[in-house]
Amino acid sequence: MTKKLLLDKVHVEGIRNFDVYRREGGYQSVEKALKMQQDDIVEEVKKSGLRGRGGAGFPTGLKWSFLAKPEGLSRYLVCNADESEPGTFKDRYLMELIPHLLIEGMIVSSYALGSTTSYIYIRGEYDWVSDILDKAIDEAKQNGFLGKNILGSGFDCEIYTHRGAGAYICGEETALLESLEGKRGLPRIKPPFPAVKGVWDCPTVVNNVETIAAVVPIINDGGEAYSKIGVGRSTGTKLISACGNINKPGVYEIDMTISVEEFIYSDEYCGGIPNGKRLKACIPGGSSVPILPANLLLKTAKGETRMMNYESLSDGGFATGSMMGSGGFIVLDEDQCVVRHTLTLARFYHHESCGQCSPCREGTGWMEKVFQKIENGKGEMKDIDLLWDIQRRIEGNTICPLGDAAAWPVAAAIRHFRDEFEWHINNREECLIRNYGLAHYADPLEAVVS
Amino acid sequence: MAEEQQLFKITIDGITIEVPQGTTVLNAARMIGKEVAPPAMCYYSKLEGSGGKCRTCLVEVAAGSTKDPRPMPKLVASCRTVVMDGMIVKNKTSERVIDARNGIVEYLLINHPLDCPICDQAGECHLQDLGYDHGLAGTRYEFKRRTFVREDIGPYVQLHMTRCILCYRCVYVADQLTDHRVHGILDRGDHSDISTYVSKAIDNDFSGNMIDVCPVGALTDRTYRFKNRVWFLKPMDAHRDCDKCCGKVTLWNRGDEVYRVTARKDPWGEVQEIDGKTAWICNTCRFEKKKASDWTIEGPTKIDRHSVISANHYAEKVQPPDPLNKVLFGRKPLLLMDIHEVSKVNTPDIDLSKIPGPATSTTFIDRDEAKDIEQAEAERLLINDHKELP
Ligand SMILES: Cc1cc2nc3c(=O)[nH]c(=O)nc-3n(C[C@H](O)[C@H](O)[C@H](O)COP(=O)(O)O)c2cc1C
Ligand code: SF4
Ligand code: SF4
Ligand code: FES
Repeated sequence: MTKKLLLDKVHVEGIRNFDVYRREGGYQSVEKALKMQQDDIVEEVKKSGLRGRGGAGFPTGLKWSFLAKPEGLSRYLVCNADESEPGTFKDRYLMELIPHLLIEGMIVSSYALGSTTSYIYIRGEYDWVSDILDKAIDEAKQNGFLGKNILGSGFDCEIYTHRGAGAYICGEETALLESLEGKRGLPRIKPPFPAVKGVWDCPTVVNNVETIAAVVPIINDGGEAYSKIGVGRSTGTKLISACGNINKPGVYEIDMTISVEEFIYSDEYCGGIPNGKRLKACIPGGSSVPILPANLLLKTAKGETRMMNYESLSDGGFATGSMMGSGGFIVLDEDQCVVRHTLTLARFYHHESCGQCSPCREGTGWMEKVFQKIENGKGEMKDIDLLWDIQRRIEGNTICPLGDAAAWPVAAAIRHFRDEFEWHINNREECLIRNYGLAHYADPLEAVVS
Repeated sequence: MAEEQQLFKITIDGITIEVPQGTTVLNAARMIGKEVAPPAMCYYSKLEGSGGKCRTCLVEVAAGSTKDPRPMPKLVASCRTVVMDGMIVKNKTSERVIDARNGIVEYLLINHPLDCPICDQAGECHLQDLGYDHGLAGTRYEFKRRTFVREDIGPYVQLHMTRCILCYRCVYVADQLTDHRVHGILDRGDHSDISTYVSKAIDNDFSGNMIDVCPVGALTDRTYRFKNRVWFLKPMDAHRDCDKCCGKVTLWNRGDEVYRVTARKDPWGEVQEIDGKTAWICNTCRFEKKKASDWTIEGPTKIDRHSVISANHYAEKVQPPDPLNKVLFGRKPLLLMDIHEVSKVNTPDIDLSKIPGPATSTTFIDRDEAKDIEQAEAERLLINDHKELP
């Protein structure tokens, strides 16, 4: 059983209130951190091996050490709470149930980075969560953990929440900063990176909610102790939001030593697939990462057991692997249609493309239309190759990774489920009334290695 | 500072050049010349912050720098990538680049109306040129194209949003040249729309420059609409004393009539720099001065662009040498009918009806000079063995 570092106290009665949270040991990391040198905190985070939980998995300590520190310029910490990736809802759970944990992590991280004004950019639809955070900030301030001269240390810090307006693209860190500045949420062209020129043209660190929350146990227990949890470069615990055809959808905190099979089938986590159905496929890390058929999900192409960690999930590259991503775990049972499923994603990315760069702006819409055609019984064989061509020329050629995120699911669907596309095309009428497959994919397939 | 004058070496498609630190790869390529310069649909050197969007200028970086010679994994936008010392870049020599660029052109065209036959921009349109170089002969897009209603924005400019490629140049013009920007991009993705804010008309002394920067026919000159085709017009450099702008323009004439006035363009299709300043022109010069007498004409404009408007004004092209001399080893070609002699047809001293057989050049030669005739006939026999005699 995983030792919980973040969600241990979520079910304590009244934990949303400062007093209860404090009584349960909250805000100790602030007291400890304020007595440390700023660089030593960065060092601890480096030692912990913590990797960004927003999707890319970039080592957080390293990111912090890149922050430019020119004379006379303020530095900023921005928390990315935009969480709009389909299938991902772990940050909401954390902020909603234990808001002070994020505030505590924000204070420690702000101190470490020298940010006296920090922001939480929160998804617009999470309006009630934003209220919860505002209340937590107020309470922390009343108790001297925010504001001027925190705990007599001489460190001043204010935290503001800023609500987004409902655009997925504002989760991309530079679009987020533009939006925070009050402009259209268009991703910036990099370089310069936020660490050099971020919000208000000042050096900025953008981190995910879970990343910042994880700083609390790292300071409390030391980076060393944190790095001992997990395996390899996947240290600490990870929040997984599981959904789809499983018995127990929800947010789970795991240490990254369990297998995917255990995660899906054990009662401690997802509790298996309902209605006696069999597993067909799964998107292990949020809608942007490649989908995997059951056989490649449970075992890698090399025949090893696939584990719930960064390295194992990406084993085999995109040919036979996927990614940890943001931890949005979407399970599909044998009744689900991959074509329709991918159409839903294609529509999402088309809708959310900011339209700045031509491949993503035009390509996402085109892919959606081709998917509509196939799903609606009008597909032709050439459409499959066309889809492949469209996604291939979007990937890597855009300003921000949304283009890649739109391309990858399409590529993976065709790579692993091409016969399902062909079935739609060969059975134009049947595909309108029923889904393809029905048990076909529940049995392990031959590994497809390209 | 000495550091700022440092020169960086960059090799593009095998040609090496030294450029000042801070130069972008695209500008370095432009310094080398047209052969290696990537196409640029959104970057505009005179507009700060432009570029990076259309992705037509993508290039492959085969070596990042002398210090770190690793290749870059992704193609990069050359208009927004700064040269590093020892960088090696592949543009036309990279298959990846050509493939990606073909893709970008396809993307740009799927929602484009392709209404060139009725578009005022035809002939000087960068998308036409790009499509010509990189496009497919047909389209693989079989769905309805995105359309918008045509809109007059202000008294002088017409917006044809359906043709827009969302390069954002006009937005930068409004930001950087006019006092208050009242138009911008609304909505997002492929349904983005350029529009004026709450239907405010764009009415500003320098708004007409948006027409000049628009790479396609999305923003056109209402005073020139459907008046003519650009390739029928004769561009002339001209100037006048103007209290608002530099007054240095190109007039597009047919006969004595001035059809339209534009700023002067450089080989990249951008507004020229004159005396160190970008020669933007004001709306008075552009829209109100349509009489030849308003202007002092300097002479024909040299248009140096690979596009239809260059027709008949090739600045760089040299007439190829006449190969006839070479093939005939110095002999003069014998023409069946010398065009100069034919004029004698008009002199009625010969009655053509009395000639046996068809008339030839010799038919018209003065009959008194029999000697010449004999000689001409001899020559003719020599060359094409044609026995028929007058
Ligand atoms: C289209 C797009 C959407 C994103 N949405 C989110 C998001 O909702 N939350 C998040 O934390 N990161 C999101 N990211 C990743 C961020 O750009 C950034 O990498 C992350 O906030 C860095 O934090 P980390 O280092 O703590 O992971 C998104 C990226 C892209 C390209
Ligand atoms: S990749 Fe898509 S979302 Fe990202 S900048 Fe380009 S158009 Fe916008
Ligand atoms: S109207 Fe023209 S200049 Fe403006 S964004 Fe569209 S294509 Fe570019
Ligand atoms: S010119 Fe470089 S991206 Fe458009």
